[in-house]
Amino acid sequence: MIPAQFDYVRPESLSEASQVLASDEDAKVLAGGQSLLPLLRLRLAYPSTLVDVGRLPELKGVHDRGDHVFIGAMATHDEVMRSDVVRAGCPLVAMAAAHVADPAIRHRGTFGGSLAHADPAGDLPAVVLALDGVFVARSAQGEREIPAAEFFVDYWESSLGPGEILAGVKIPKLGEGWGFQYEKFHRTAQAWAIVGVAAAVKRSNGAITEARIGLTNMGPTPLRARATETALQGMELGDQLRQACEEAAADTSPPADLHAQPDYRRHLARVLTHRAVRTAAGAP
Amino acid sequence: MTIQQEAGREVGRPRKRKEDARLLTGRSRWTDNLSRPGMLHVMFLRSPMAHARITRVDVSGARGLPGVVAAFSGQDFAAEQGSLPCAWPVSEDIVIPDHPPMAVSEVRYVGEAVACVVATDRYRAADALEAIEVDYEPLPAVLDMKQALTADSPKVHEAGNKAFSVKINSGDIEAAFRDAPIIIDRTYRQQRLIPCAMEPRAVLADTDGDTFTVWSATQIPHILRVMLAVVTGIPEHQIRVIAPDVGGGFGSKLQVTAEEVLCLLMARKLGKPVKWAESRSEGNLTVHHGRDQIQHIRLAADADGRIRGLQVDLLADMGAYLMLVTPGIPMLGASMFNAIYKMDAYEFGCTGVFTTKMPTDAYRGAGRPEATFAIERVMDELAAELHMDPLEVRRRNWIKHEEFPYTTISGLTYDSGNYEAATDKATAMFGYDKLRAEQADRRDRGDPVQLGIGVSTYTEMCGLAPSRMLGEANYAAGGWEHGAVRMLPSGKVEVITGTSPHGQGHVTAWSQIVADALGVPFEDVTVLHGDTAIAHKGMDTYGSRSLVIGGIAVLKACEKVRDKARKLAAHVLECSPDDLEFEAGAFKVRGTESQKTMQELAWAAFTAHDLPDGVEARLDSDATFDPENYSFPHGTHLCAVEVDTETGMVKIRSYVAVDDVGKVVNPLIVEGQVHGGIAQGIGQALFEEAVYDAEGNLLTTTLADYLLPSAADLPPFSLDRTESPATSNPLGVKGVGEAGTIASTPAVVNAVVDALRPFGIHDIEMPCTPERVWRAVSEAQEGVRR
Ligand SMILES: Cc1cc2nc3c(=O)[nH]c(=O)nc-3n(C[C@H](O)[C@H](O)[C@H](O)COP(=O)(O)OP(=O)(O)OC[C@H]3O[C@@H](n4cnc5c(N)ncnc54)[C@H](O)[C@@H]3O)c2cc1C
Repeated sequence: MIPAQFDYVRPESLSEASQVLASDEDAKVLAGGQSLLPLLRLRLAYPSTLVDVGRLPELKGVHDRGDHVFIGAMATHDEVMRSDVVRAGCPLVAMAAAHVADPAIRHRGTFGGSLAHADPAGDLPAVVLALDGVFVARSAQGEREIPAAEFFVDYWESSLGPGEILAGVKIPKLGEGWGFQYEKFHRTAQAWAIVGVAAAVKRSNGAITEARIGLTNMGPTPLRARATETALQGMELGDQLRQACEEAAADTSPPADLHAQPDYRRHLARVLTHRAVRTAAGAP
Repeated sequence: MTIQQEAGREVGRPRKRKEDARLLTGRSRWTDNLSRPGMLHVMFLRSPMAHARITRVDVSGARGLPGVVAAFSGQDFAAEQGSLPCAWPVSEDIVIPDHPPMAVSEVRYVGEAVACVVATDRYRAADALEAIEVDYEPLPAVLDMKQALTADSPKVHEAGNKAFSVKINSGDIEAAFRDAPIIIDRTYRQQRLIPCAMEPRAVLADTDGDTFTVWSATQIPHILRVMLAVVTGIPEHQIRVIAPDVGGGFGSKLQVTAEEVLCLLMARKLGKPVKWAESRSEGNLTVHHGRDQIQHIRLAADADGRIRGLQVDLLADMGAYLMLVTPGIPMLGASMFNAIYKMDAYEFGCTGVFTTKMPTDAYRGAGRPEATFAIERVMDELAAELHMDPLEVRRRNWIKHEEFPYTTISGLTYDSGNYEAATDKATAMFGYDKLRAEQADRRDRGDPVQLGIGVSTYTEMCGLAPSRMLGEANYAAGGWEHGAVRMLPSGKVEVITGTSPHGQGHVTAWSQIVADALGVPFEDVTVLHGDTAIAHKGMDTYGSRSLVIGGIAVLKACEKVRDKARKLAAHVLECSPDDLEFEAGAFKVRGTESQKTMQELAWAAFTAHDLPDGVEARLDSDATFDPENYSFPHGTHLCAVEVDTETGMVKIRSYVAVDDVGKVVNPLIVEGQVHGGIAQGIGQALFEEAVYDAEGNLLTTTLADYLLPSAADLPPFSLDRTESPATSNPLGVKGVGEAGTIASTPAVVNAVVDALRPFGIHDIEMPCTPERVWRAVSEAQEGVRR
């Protein structure tokens, strides 16, 4: 890797880190480096300083907080997918984390880094959006909570302000009756999702009472398949599910790239939503 | 897999590779790991334009920057850089354009070097590249081969876009097609591939004022040495080339590259060691690419499926220049389209076309996978046309085992083979009939996941190559190989081989051959290679030639050493050489207990206290081997895929390969070669494609865009072998480096198409991506609805 020159600091405290960031708009947070370093390598980013947040205690670990699970920004994908707290409290997150890249990258890449990077092709943004996670941002000014629906702004752009560091995300526990599935469609095991669908489905007395569906790589931000969510309400498992999932690509604007054109992505969103919903709903 | 091995012999044993402990524990010596006192680093500025006139290059901005020692443009090399060589002028009409290592006045592909910086470290060099100014006057890109050949196309070179054209005829092709009850007419695209060797290229050049040493991640240190001398004018005896550990090549390091020439010239200009190592993205852009043909293939057959004639017309994308063997690649397929089949007539035509893309050249299989793909695809089409089982249509046409040696319609003489045996074994292992039954069931049920069964047989001309035949093909060099063997005083053995391994395991296999030939322990043999000062003679490694030619040269050298040892033993044992028999590493006087081991004789030769007249104080020898014929591995590969017709996803369910690579020296190594080869062939079938946009920019510059399958994406392979020894060499070996790559691509694509035939689909362009499969299925379904 031959990046341009940069400085490197590894603050011991959150306030110190956020001061460095606030005082220099070209400084960047370095977490696991799995997205940032490729950008440096290709000289697509020229940060003045990398602020390594790996030592900050507030960003570490996964915690059971009663009605929600708090996942620290520096928890690695591997930590998240193996965490009993995550598997019990928000299994969809563990499922999706297991789909991120390959073992080497999962041991370095972080939960917070994936979300702060705000890549709509990443597997976790759609999941956190579907689960209505709450982002906890810290800066010299204190702490701020950002609902998932407001966090993702555009391709690779989040609503974190200058000097703000993502400390972690609160994922509400959903309680009884819910089932989950993450469907990732990709060509090789370690590749990014062409399309991904995160589904959380609640059933009671055979019928779907609530469905939450997050879409990966179907637009500049992760999206919710709201029309399908609504259409699924009250539905029994059966052929009509497919009908409801036909709406999954409504209001999306998927990208065109080497792996897929938009019409194909829309088609995949429908098929994968159907599959994810069926599995999440416990269909045989 | 069954392993046949003669008791007490090394050849045939599944020996673990001697090389691996070192490679796996990070004690390898890649070129990029090497360091020399005062070493400088070079980085190249590369053209962002597919085609442009260079109107100005100003490197002065780079020159003053910290750590920068020098900066050069093409103009600075113009007087000394010569032209990169093309060693294979395949036709009379061939146009070989000037190919300056660094562009001087015009660039013809994105990635062509236009300037460079030499600095004290790589980071400074990369920074300084950004201070170089280049003005380009854009010229039109030439990207499409068919358009390139039209009269009003913009030109890549002044002489036009046609590099060469070749036509070969055998038999009465018109008669074969006239009134033929069945004619299959298809066009296939061999997409452009990027070789992606694990180790990117690297070069280090140094000089002591008189002589030059070039370390390079190359497959061909010997050819490189000659060519560097020819290109730069530096006398050959003053150049030494070393290929240290080399991490894969697949043909991509069978090249004389711009960077090798330029590093050598910079070492001369600066009097200092200069090193260059490419990044993966730089490699994707500028390592020569593979394949890239449009194949028009027509087959005439009788109603019972017997082939009457075959007509092939190729457009082969040369890219912007002709590199070492660029035009020869499609020609290596010229005699292979007829494959294992008998027919009355054959016609082959090929036009090489210039485009403003990275030049193409050898990539694993080189010409033969392309040919095998086209014929094996068409055989399946013929079977479908006749509603015949694809194995049956092949059976009706292939050369029967009792017909060997067999001279084919394209003029090659296949020495040995048994297509029936390999196919029978493969179908049994595969569970062919059961899978066909499952396929029928899924079709009946309209299962969204359809099963496809793909068949591919193949043969390949390997062991490149009889020098005489290379001469007839107008190739600039021979195809012999050199080997040397010396007994050290203590009885250990040093072997020198002219082939240049880059991952194949020559050290292990050669040790096995030598252990048998000299009767010494496997552990007592070491193999030296890849340094022109040590292995002074060689033709290097490519075309599945190392064992078939190089291994035999080593064997011949061993025989000479044994003859010398016999004379010495007779003298010491005071008998006639004819009274001696050689067994288990010792010469024994027949019918007595007295004997001398090779080790004792090595010591006797070393001390030289008592040598007979005419015997020198050395137990060593060398030999060259030049085969009479190519070798012809063959085999049958069977692949079952599941195609999800809703998403277009193709999943390989099972894969069986039965290969006949003749006698096997080391079954583990053979298996490894077959595994890697199949994976690479599957890569072409399903994943890989170098994509240029409409302006001629390469879009697949990273491995996120250029998809390579990993172990996680591949099924377990079930492998077995049949063994029909080659008759063209004393070991009966045929070569295995390319077999897997050749057979697997058509086996997989045939399986995908087989799954989709009920939809009326008879082709999917490679790579068979989910999107392509889905589009084909949707279009077919719409067609039905309409
Ligand atoms: C080959 C490859 C394949 C991959 N495949 C996938 C995949 O299939 N699915 C997937 O989801 N991801 C994939 N990734 C990305 C991976 O998940 C990364 O871990 C993730 O995108 C970024 O996490 P990181 O910790 O490495 O962040 P970094 O690379 O360190 O940072 C990424 C960005 O986020 C910012 N940032 C990081 N942490 C914080 C914080 N706490 N507060 C504020 N800003 C912060 C950084 O400044 C930077 O801009 C892949 C990566 C690679 C290299």
